Amino acid sequence: MTASEILLWVALPYITIAVFVTGTVWRYRYDKFGWTTRSSQLYERKLIRIASPIFHIGILAVLMGHVVGLLIPESWTNAAGLSEDAYHLMAVGIGAVAGVCTLVGVSLLVYRRRTTGAVMAATTKNDKTMYVFLIAAICLGLLTTIIGSGVLGDGYNYRETVSPWFRSIFLLNPQPELMAESLPSFQVHAVAGMLLFIIWPFTRLVHAFSAPFGYVFRPYVVYRDKGPHDAGNHAPKRGWEKVG
Amino acid sequence: MRVMAQMAMVMNLDKCIGCHTCSVTCKQAWTNRSGVEYVWFNNVETRPGQGYPRTYQDQEKWKGGWTVKRGKLKLRSGGRFKRLAQIFSNPNLPTLQDYYEPWTYEYDMLLSSPLGEHTPVARPKSLITGKNMKIEWSANWDDDLAGGPELAPKDPVLVKIKDQVGDRVKMEFEQAFMFYLPRICEHCLNPACVAACPSGAMYKRSEDGIVLVDQDQCRGWRMCVSGCPYKKVYFNHKTGKAEKCTMCYPRIEVGLPTVCAETCVGRLRYIGLFLYDADKVTAAASVENEHDLLQAQLDLLLDPNDPAVQEAARRDGIPADWLDAAQRSPVYKLAKVYNVALPLHPEYRTMPMVWYIPPLSPVVDALRDTGNDAEDVDNLFGALDTLRIPIEYLAELFTAGDPAPVQSSLRKLAAMRSYMRDVNLGREPRPEIPAAVGMTEESIYEMYRLLAIAKYEDRYIIPKAHAETARDLEELACAVDYDGDPHDASGPFGYASGRPVPVAVETFHALKERQTSEVLIPLDAVRMNLRSWGGGGQSDDE
Repeated sequence: MTASEILLWVALPYITIAVFVTGTVWRYRYDKFGWTTRSSQLYERKLIRIASPIFHIGILAVLMGHVVGLLIPESWTNAAGLSEDAYHLMAVGIGAVAGVCTLVGVSLLVYRRRTTGAVMAATTKNDKTMYVFLIAAICLGLLTTIIGSGVLGDGYNYRETVSPWFRSIFLLNPQPELMAESLPSFQVHAVAGMLLFIIWPFTRLVHAFSAPFGYVFRPYVVYRDKGPHDAGNHAPKRGWEKVG
Repeated sequence: MRVMAQMAMVMNLDKCIGCHTCSVTCKQAWTNRSGVEYVWFNNVETRPGQGYPRTYQDQEKWKGGWTVKRGKLKLRSGGRFKRLAQIFSNPNLPTLQDYYEPWTYEYDMLLSSPLGEHTPVARPKSLITGKNMKIEWSANWDDDLAGGPELAPKDPVLVKIKDQVGDRVKMEFEQAFMFYLPRICEHCLNPACVAACPSGAMYKRSEDGIVLVDQDQCRGWRMCVSGCPYKKVYFNHKTGKAEKCTMCYPRIEVGLPTVCAETCVGRLRYIGLFLYDADKVTAAASVENEHDLLQAQLDLLLDPNDPAVQEAARRDGIPADWLDAAQRSPVYKLAKVYNVALPLHPEYRTMPMVWYIPPLSPVVDALRDTGNDAEDVDNLFGALDTLRIPIEYLAELFTAGDPAPVQSSLRKLAAMRSYMRDVNLGREPRPEIPAAVGMTEESIYEMYRLLAIAKYEDRYIIPKAHAETARDLEELACAVDYDGDPHDASGPFGYASGRPVPVAVETFHALKERQTSEVLIPLDAVRMNLRSWGGGGQSDDE
């Protein structure tokens, strides 16, 4: 076990979790006003009508794929009578479609951003950096799907190395050796993924946490009392304001 | 019965000269910021015309407001699940082109160009892209029927009544009837924007019914923009948040009228309270026949002089001074007692709370053009029965196409005109004129005082926000306001992110005092802006 392996497969994951969680909480408390999708639909609607749903639905499917592939141990699916080959075929099939949708979607969105003057003008440095990390993670992820499926090379069962390593992090019993012996493509994708989660709280990606499920349950018309206008009666104090 | 109070407005369209003072002062006060360059919380449209944004009244296209399906009230754009399914791109959102692309001019060229053969010009520059642009539309492109035969026929209201009156629209259109329609947010009793907001950031204030957006909770899904049939919620493309007319709540809370009302040169706006039965709103908005919606809306409004209503109001926490204000409310008188004010597009089923007194002037003008005495009551009544085009048009705007309430309202205005002419000319007043429209001489004179004399203290009966909370209202945070260079306002995570800047520098109570004071109070230490301007004192706005 080399120092760099410890660093990559033990230290980095915990740093990622720490930054992701505290960063998100901090951002929410510090910057509720900046917490938005920052939609550019007002500037351009034809391309976004197609590209945005393709990308978002694609990436939600990718997310589901990761949850299933990383969290459900191979022994469970075996016990359920799903053979490794069948599982693999299913995972690769759905994963490839979802991954391609995501990539096509994000490519269209970036194309739109580049070619529509108003959207380009509204793109911040923060957005551009985020896009680099996001697209890197997506492309490397697609690569692992291709390699893992055996389309390129011999095929690879990541559920014997990557997935147990992933779970070991959360079980507070990190097993870096599992990850160290997996394929380089999976290693690079994992690092890219962790980096994406590190910058996540500080980009517009936070809008993912705003999925408005509560809308289904609340009454249509919302009434609120005026209440005391405390916030803003004074200059912001040091430290956190009371939330809610 | 659950009694709630609603701050509402009535506009007397006969007096609107289309000067846009309301729009300009509103813009100066609220939307002279980057990201809302294209936004006019208050705009004045020439009718017939396409409106702002273009053809917003065409709900087949924009899917704003509510519909009734099998007796059940439903947002026209679909139910909750459909809306969530459309969250990644809103199919009914207008683009900037439907409003207009805001621009400035390269003024610096006029000063800094070197000496040359040609006069330097200031070319238009887009405020969105910063590039040169061709100006092709604006918030008032078809002002005063500009581009008439080409643009006005696309007016959705005109298109709608064309089926009923056919080619006569065109013919009489050339004889030009025209009036102005100033519009702000309707602060509806059944707001579609609030219902459409996935984040629950939009709300109706329970104290005064003003509809607001919680800037900290808004996530920029834009469903409110498309949900509102009046298109009076706007998307700030810099902050990524929805913004809308606030009914100048910081002013209203201390008893000052809104900026648009305060600065209206025609003095045509009235602000006051309605008491309404909140339990019956949904039922009223669900009435099957569109022509019954106006009456359903009127039935929601409770009589503040009825002891049972007063009892219920006290029980539901309406303060005594608010009850008193509701009894003296000019909007209640105009909408319910005299019954001359009508809501805009009741068929959207949002129960709008900005009401309009339809303009008699298109009828008077048409009558005068025929060489008749346009002040004579019989001539006017006759014209109201025969001049179908303006009536149908007004009915399409204010009563879902039912001409009867429009005619009734205009007959009252015509009666007032004729009756008061006799009084003013020292002739014997004719009590049969008010009687012909179901009014008494006293009530028609009172209505005349309210509409024609229109004293400031009669137009605005605005109770202050209740005393227990008044201390907190003195200075208000306003997360949407950013002064100075927009580039400086850019936070670490994009425009205007980070902590909201408290900007409530002025205390509105002090301004109220200054406005009502007999002496001119110097403004030395007080920074002033139009949001708090009250006509008194002087502005040292830099």
